Amino acid sequence: MDTTATPTLNYLNNGHGLKSWLLTRDHKRIALLYLWSVTAFFFLGGFFALMIRLELLTPASDLVQPDTYNKLFTMHGIVMVFFFLIPSIPATLGNFLIPIMIGAKDLAFPRINLLSWYIYILGGLFTITAALTGGVDTGWTFYAPYSTTASNSNVILAGLGIFITGFSSILTGLNFIVTVHRMRAPGLTWFRLPLFVWSHYATSLIMILGTPVIAITVLLVAVERGLHLGIFDPALGGDPVLFQHLFWFYSHPAVYIMILPAMGVVSELVQAFARKNIFGYAFVAFSSLAIAIIGFLVWGHHLFVSGQSTYAGLVFSIISMFVAIPSAVKVFNWTATLYKGSVSWDSPMLYAFGFIGLFTIGGLTGLFLATLGMDIHMHDTYFIIAHFHYVMVGGAIFGFLGGLHYWWPKITGRMYPEGWAKFACLNIFIGFNLTFGPQFIVGYLGMPRRYAMYAPEFQVWNVLSTAGATILGIGYLIPMVYFTWSIFKGEIASANPWGARGLEWEIPSPPPTENFLVTPIVTHGTHQYAPSHEVGIV
Amino acid sequence: MFTNFPFFPEAASEQAGQVDALYFFLVAVTAFFMALVGILVVVFAIKFHRKHADEVGVEIHGSLVLELLWTFIPLGITMVMFVWGAQVFFHMTRPPKGAMDIYIVGKQWMWKAQHMDGAREINELHVPLGVPVKLTMGSEDVIHSFFIPDFRVKADVIPGRYNTLWFTATKPGRYHLFCTQYCGTKHSAMIGWVTVMEPSDYQAWLGGGPVNGSMADNGAKLFQDLACATCHLENGQGRAPSLKGVYGSTVTLTTGQTVTADDAYVRESILNSQAKIVAGYQPIMPTFQGLVSEEQLLQLIAYVKSLGGNQQGATK
Ligand code: HEM
Ligand SMILES: [Cu+2]
Repeated sequence: MDTTATPTLNYLNNGHGLKSWLLTRDHKRIALLYLWSVTAFFFLGGFFALMIRLELLTPASDLVQPDTYNKLFTMHGIVMVFFFLIPSIPATLGNFLIPIMIGAKDLAFPRINLLSWYIYILGGLFTITAALTGGVDTGWTFYAPYSTTASNSNVILAGLGIFITGFSSILTGLNFIVTVHRMRAPGLTWFRLPLFVWSHYATSLIMILGTPVIAITVLLVAVERGLHLGIFDPALGGDPVLFQHLFWFYSHPAVYIMILPAMGVVSELVQAFARKNIFGYAFVAFSSLAIAIIGFLVWGHHLFVSGQSTYAGLVFSIISMFVAIPSAVKVFNWTATLYKGSVSWDSPMLYAFGFIGLFTIGGLTGLFLATLGMDIHMHDTYFIIAHFHYVMVGGAIFGFLGGLHYWWPKITGRMYPEGWAKFACLNIFIGFNLTFGPQFIVGYLGMPRRYAMYAPEFQVWNVLSTAGATILGIGYLIPMVYFTWSIFKGEIASANPWGARGLEWEIPSPPPTENFLVTPIVTHGTHQYAPSHEVGIV
Repeated sequence: MFTNFPFFPEAASEQAGQVDALYFFLVAVTAFFMALVGILVVVFAIKFHRKHADEVGVEIHGSLVLELLWTFIPLGITMVMFVWGAQVFFHMTRPPKGAMDIYIVGKQWMWKAQHMDGAREINELHVPLGVPVKLTMGSEDVIHSFFIPDFRVKADVIPGRYNTLWFTATKPGRYHLFCTQYCGTKHSAMIGWVTVMEPSDYQAWLGGGPVNGSMADNGAKLFQDLACATCHLENGQGRAPSLKGVYGSTVTLTTGQTVTADDAYVRESILNSQAKIVAGYQPIMPTFQGLVSEEQLLQLIAYVKSLGGNQQGATK
């Protein structure tokens, strides 16, 4: 490995002190602000998860009272979804890499970028205040009329937190879209864009089109709670199922906000570590757009047991089947890319392999839930919990960690200890499957979700799941430790330690403040690995 | 420590077999694609493992034939899932003619059941073996969801409307009944048991006769007590339509529209009487919102139903 010293001036040492960070307009520094904050929220959400799992070690509610349990899973859901999964990859890796990958000096609106971080933090403070001053017990889904009339917890405060955070999402999406349209380097046509950029483009569309709907929905809950208007409460002439339509109209596409960026990361990883361009570039790029668009039409598959009309059920079922196809196409294309590649087993690639496995399980089990006669039995059981953890958590976290390892040398200018990284990846993979695998079985047995107490015959699977969660928790802590270590002691990274392609690998590690001293001119797609006899890879 | 390692719930209803067959198909498809992707990834990763540091992969840009194959084959398979799933769903959501009626009310945090002859129970539901049973369910407060895993049936129980669910139990025994829609503090304690009995035992359990009047009798009494009978004269000469034969029939409204007089219509006419006015009558009926409980509503509906009419029309 090349150990040339870090270039003297880069975005990290160009300006010191808290103020230079808190007032920065550099997309790379803002990405790091996000990285610290989403990591903090991840471990907060993880703490709630561990409490949930410990409570479920036994059938009785003996660790915490049911009310406390209800608040725990609500906070777990809210924190993980709105404060970790949704911003995780776009706000950290996306923020850092999109301008660099398209040869730009920054995002289109650097001040708005900083503003969106402050909004995110403000929303987080509201939510944490809601948790500390008594908690919320509605579940992250806030179903009415429980949330509007029955719950006497901090619904409005927590809702406000989500409402505020939504603006951060919208602004980030807007910034990305304008940046990709306006700031591409000369020669970087749409069909030369890295797939990471494509997937973020699709994600941004969902963010700006979907987020306003969730914002309005939580606002309506607050209004109904405060003023008893009868929007959702049937006693006042409202419709409780209307809430579910509004909620899922956002929240179903939102799962694609969580997974599409991870797919973008995996596309980059597979190409870099197989030293090959992707198999079927256009199909992979368009499948992101297809997922984003069809994803808006399937929300009703969350309402199969709500008494919606049979025909609505049929329509939502068949469209849900359609949205699975572009995901399948991506999996096949990644697999085919490995064929005749030069495949290395570096830790980022291990995460990509893990992603493909977990996402395949998550996606296929999603088909169970889209199948009408089957979902009736599975709806709101642990099968659902297992399914969405495989897709969202398996998918998004493996993508996030894989990407973080891959670009870590670029971001920090340091390498991490590869042996530990491989060990942690294996640890997380095993822990993950042991945690969520048994939940498929206990779900089909009929264990409902959101239960502080459960029937004794479900215990054995819950014990396994809690054991897995313990392993998983340790697995998440290890990268925390070695990444922190590497910032101070890690080996100095070269500009391109993986021998990868892409504009980000053509600039020093860590990048200079303005990214490119001279605007690059792009003459071919970003992942053209010419045959080895023509190009010597360093 | 653990005496049993259950893998699979009991299949104790007519529906269960159909759902399980679908489940095995889905599990088989999942296992196949899991194995396919898993094996290919592992084989490629090993076979094409990087040999020396500056090696690169072979440029392959894609193949339209393969893309089409792996778009349309999965599409075909998912269409099979869709059609099969829809068939099972139609079967599950359409109660057969003449199913036995039982009414359920969900309330934080208990299940109340009323049998037609008047027997009532809480967190228990007794049903006869081999007889199709149709549950009509409403909620007094928030949304609940009625779930019997061993029967593979579930439906949300929503305030302000009736959802139905039906099953035919095929094995005597006791089966869990869960609430699966989060409904507050004691959501996980909103559990009951369904007891499936031989039909003769069920009759014996009912006690051979109304304990405190059948549902329709109670409804008739309410009809008098709430003074409904002062307007709804049986001979049709009152200020309001006679209710004889209304249930299940098609009613013409002042707006010219028609509605089927089903459970939801009767309920709405009682609680929100101005919403749909029958052609030829004045909107003078008071609202009974807040005056009748969810259970009394069900009794009133049972009474209206007992006055005759096209029973099936309202159930379909
Ligand atoms: C990034 C990681 C994770 C994310 C994004 C995540 C997300 C979620 C979400 C959205 C829910 C639904 C909450 C609800 O139903 O209201 C949930 C539930 C749950 N999660 Fe996680 N989760 C994560 C990690 C974990 C981990 C590591 C564990 C175990 C240690 C865990 C255990 C659970 C459990 C047991 C529930 C069920 C609570 C219920 O009954 O609803 N989660 N999670
Ligand atoms: Cu309930």
